[in-house]
Amino acid sequence: MHALIIDDSRAMRSILRRIVTDLGYETTEAEHGQAALDHLEGGLAPDLCLIDWNMPVMDGYTFVQRVRDDTRWRDVTLMMVTTESEHGQIVRALAAGAHEYVIKPFTPDAIVNKLELLGLLATEVPA
Amino acid sequence: MSIAESSFHYVADLVRRETSMLYQQGKEYLVAARLLPLARESGDADVDVYVRRLKTDASERRKAIDALTINETSWFRDNAPYQAFTDVLLPQAIAARQATRKVSIWSAACSSGQEAYSLSILLDQQLPLGWTAEILATDVSTAMLERVKAGRYSQVEMNRGLPATHLVRYFTRVGSEWEVSPELRRVVTTQHLNLATTFPPLPTFDIVFLRNVLIYFDLETKRDILRRIHARVAPGGALLLGSSETTLDLTDSWEREAVGRVQVHRPIQPAAAFGLAAPTRAAG
Repeated sequence: MHALIIDDSRAMRSILRRIVTDLGYETTEAEHGQAALDHLEGGLAPDLCLIDWNMPVMDGYTFVQRVRDDTRWRDVTLMMVTTESEHGQIVRALAAGAHEYVIKPFTPDAIVNKLELLGLLATEVPA
Repeated sequence: MSIAESSFHYVADLVRRETSMLYQQGKEYLVAARLLPLARESGDADVDVYVRRLKTDASERRKAIDALTINETSWFRDNAPYQAFTDVLLPQAIAARQATRKVSIWSAACSSGQEAYSLSILLDQQLPLGWTAEILATDVSTAMLERVKAGRYSQVEMNRGLPATHLVRYFTRVGSEWEVSPELRRVVTTQHLNLATTFPPLPTFDIVFLRNVLIYFDLETKRDILRRIHARVAPGGALLLGSSETTLDLTDSWEREAVGRVQVHRPIQPAAAFGLAAPTRAAG
């Protein structure tokens, strides 16, 4: 299993990397949506993208739209991980094609719970 | 129980760095309460001495972070019981309640209410038109019951197991919290109840959730609780315990049945209830 972690904060990428690495994921990191798209164009085929909303160059919402507009990447699961917590923003992201939405701050088990809901736990995790 | 300001800042910073979870000023008591058992376990005189230990002990830091971030209940906790509810238990209750078109559920030891409201969401989606449901949420803590009634949850709580589609469908933002919709709250009634003592008058229920509670009681109290709950489960109804809990070796008045990935406990009815012994005595 492979996760593409997209966040302009190095600290947040590191937190997310540790959580999904513990679950057996390999990871690739990108500082913004465009860098993440470049990875996909380059042939990276992640099972999961963890996506911040507010980033320079290309934001996470635009990234979700771009991925969903391209059938090459229809199998990748998209999960927003962001401080954007308005009801309307969550609806927008889901409508654009995000599968799940985690609002910062979160606990590690919140990410684990969501991946379990999505059927994306790479290894058996004790309850 | 107290914690020095410098200790609190160190711990809050550690947790934020490692998990992104925020302990803001005003949460000193909570941090001290969660670290005190670990301080005692390490033989430290108080929480501040323990926090000094954390600065040089990485494995203890991990334990402290766990203590500060887990043990909270979540939505659809463990998932499998809710799958069993949707796939088997609720359809059975609907089949049994055609006359009244009403399903009754008890969330015993409901804590802050995520179990009751998770069930309420499933009922909203699964119950046939024209049917009603009632979920009784009970707890020994009146503070917890107030939380259930308020139906408000922090951002951290919302993230734990609640699918985003349910969040946007059933919750609205109120300040920094999220509030359960009136349609879900209508189904949930709260009542103060101490499982360890005689129950107040209760109806019978089609399904009882008593999850991760029995572990806190001694053997005799567990037996007593199961005996009193037995009388409150409708014939053909079901009791769900936590994944590490069982009626096995406690009482022979429950049958265990595998439903999906969970064990469901069915009350065995006394012979008289089936009319096997009673007519003979009546004739005599």
